[in-house]
Amino acid sequence: MCENMVGMRTESAPTRRPATDTGGRDTAVSVRGLHKAYRSRGPGGQGYTQVAAVDGLDLDVLRGEIFAVLGPNGAGKTTTIEILEGFRNRDAGEVSVLGEDPDRAGRAWRARIGVVQQDSRDLGELTAAEMVTATARYYPDPRDPAEVIDAVGLTEHARKRARALSGGQRRRLDVALGIVGRPELLFLDEPTTGFDPQARRSFWDLVTGLRDDGVTILLTTHYLEEAAQLADRVVVIDKGRVAASGTPDSLGGPDARTPLVTWLDGGELRSLRTDRPTEAVARLAHEIAAPDGEIPGLTVSRPSLEDVYLELIDAPGTTHQSTEEQQ
Amino acid sequence: MTAGTPDTSPARSAERSRLPGTLAVGLVRARVELLGFLRERDAMIFIFAYPLIMMAIFASVFGGEDQVFDLGTGRMEVNFPQYFLPGMIATGIMLSSFQTVATSIATERDDGTLKRLRATPMPAVAYFLGKVGEVLLVSVVQIAALVALAVLAFDVPMPEAGRWWTFAWVFVLGTATGTVCGVAFSAVPRSGRSASAVVVPVVLVLQFISGVFFPYPSLPDWMQQVAQVFPLKWLAQGMRSVFLPDGFAAVETAGEWQHLLIAGVLGLWLILGLVIGVRTFRWRRRDDG
Repeated sequence: MCENMVGMRTESAPTRRPATDTGGRDTAVSVRGLHKAYRSRGPGGQGYTQVAAVDGLDLDVLRGEIFAVLGPNGAGKTTTIEILEGFRNRDAGEVSVLGEDPDRAGRAWRARIGVVQQDSRDLGELTAAEMVTATARYYPDPRDPAEVIDAVGLTEHARKRARALSGGQRRRLDVALGIVGRPELLFLDEPTTGFDPQARRSFWDLVTGLRDDGVTILLTTHYLEEAAQLADRVVVIDKGRVAASGTPDSLGGPDARTPLVTWLDGGELRSLRTDRPTEAVARLAHEIAAPDGEIPGLTVSRPSLEDVYLELIDAPGTTHQSTEEQQ
Repeated sequence: MTAGTPDTSPARSAERSRLPGTLAVGLVRARVELLGFLRERDAMIFIFAYPLIMMAIFASVFGGEDQVFDLGTGRMEVNFPQYFLPGMIATGIMLSSFQTVATSIATERDDGTLKRLRATPMPAVAYFLGKVGEVLLVSVVQIAALVALAVLAFDVPMPEAGRWWTFAWVFVLGTATGTVCGVAFSAVPRSGRSASAVVVPVVLVLQFISGVFFPYPSLPDWMQQVAQVFPLKWLAQGMRSVFLPDGFAAVETAGEWQHLLIAGVLGLWLILGLVIGVRTFRWRRRDDG
């Protein structure tokens, strides 16, 4: 199907608003020229080579926004986040998180951030309530543990041992542990993996509620719908660099959102990208409609964030063959 | 959840800058550690109950004889359980400190507990205070249970009051050394799952060669040589000096209790463990960057 899709796109101008354009607002996170490479075994299993995980990354997260980092596995998302969280050091670049360098920041700084990591298998014999209550006491000004448990929807299960919670419940406990310290900046690394649709919805409400309370949120996710729903701005990372950035609606530039008309012509799939889909359909109705007046296999769609994202990832740095209407 | 925009009032800022004290967080951690330990059935059986079970079994098997092994000290006024008690106390201390700490840190590093803690403002020292608190409490209760078992079930006489001072310093030094060595050894297991498999054999071998099950002097010479290098032999010897009559000093290989040497060897291991522990302790897994 892909081969048949020939678009009417012109050269894409991928970024309407760059990841580093702060518009004069306060930044919670600022990254310039970030580099991080790992040692990796060579192809023959002999010797080591340096593999760049993050390769000249720039981004800014504004105070009070939900900022989503998208990208395929191995794009450098988690490496970047963990550098910002202070778990990893960097090879080069400038990083400022809440005004401090995470490499050198101390306890007072960690009291201002909240971290929900990607994989957590550590929840054991303590109950959800016990864990949240104990964690609250590491912080100078924590939220009320009972309120936090209620906010993540775990009140019913608060007295269950963490071990006995379901995957989704554990993830909500992770979030409770991440926000009980009343963070100014919350890192959410793939928070809803394994959620059912309903749990994901209520999680989104929770996150937007936190944002409305003034918490800055830096989110990575594999779910484009999640980014589209939650994020004020998104950045797509590929091969350790920013491939595109902007609001979820503008990502990929205006051309990426051009409606797509597809239909069958003699059993063959045809497609057309056009800003005037109604006109195109009218013309098709006139030219190739079946005796009953219907155009075979007709669809008209506007590319979702997911479509745009996939194009960004599939064809990094290339522009699509353009123009040429097929008919 | 909480109302409105973030409170940036001076009061709240002051609140924010007042981080909880290390000791206070250490107490929270001790409670967490203790709860985790008490609810982990394996730990309760193989750490807490093991010396008690061994004591009960060995003492029952050999308890019928009034005399302990013929070691050429002339008249024995000590029954087997009394001879066996100090070894079991030393074993208990080693399990509760070294084995618990080494396996739990290795597991917590592997499953991400440590990484999660590292992201909070919990001071690193508080984490170790929590371990120490848990170890102290578990071993005190364990030793009390061992002594109670020995007294009530096997009529073991208690030492005179002055001996408890010896007990106190041997206990504190032994527990500290075991804990610190546990922190250092936690770097050895490659994963949480292999932690027990790596730690337990070390503990078992040490138990056998250090004379906690058998009278140390009756062990082969080469075994004694090996055991002398490690702290458990000295810990057990220290405990024997508390619970056995002074006449039994003659049975020791050196013919005396060697308190100074006990303190010296345990202290040396304490320092060695500290140096290695500080250099090798990591919050993250090896494969995690």
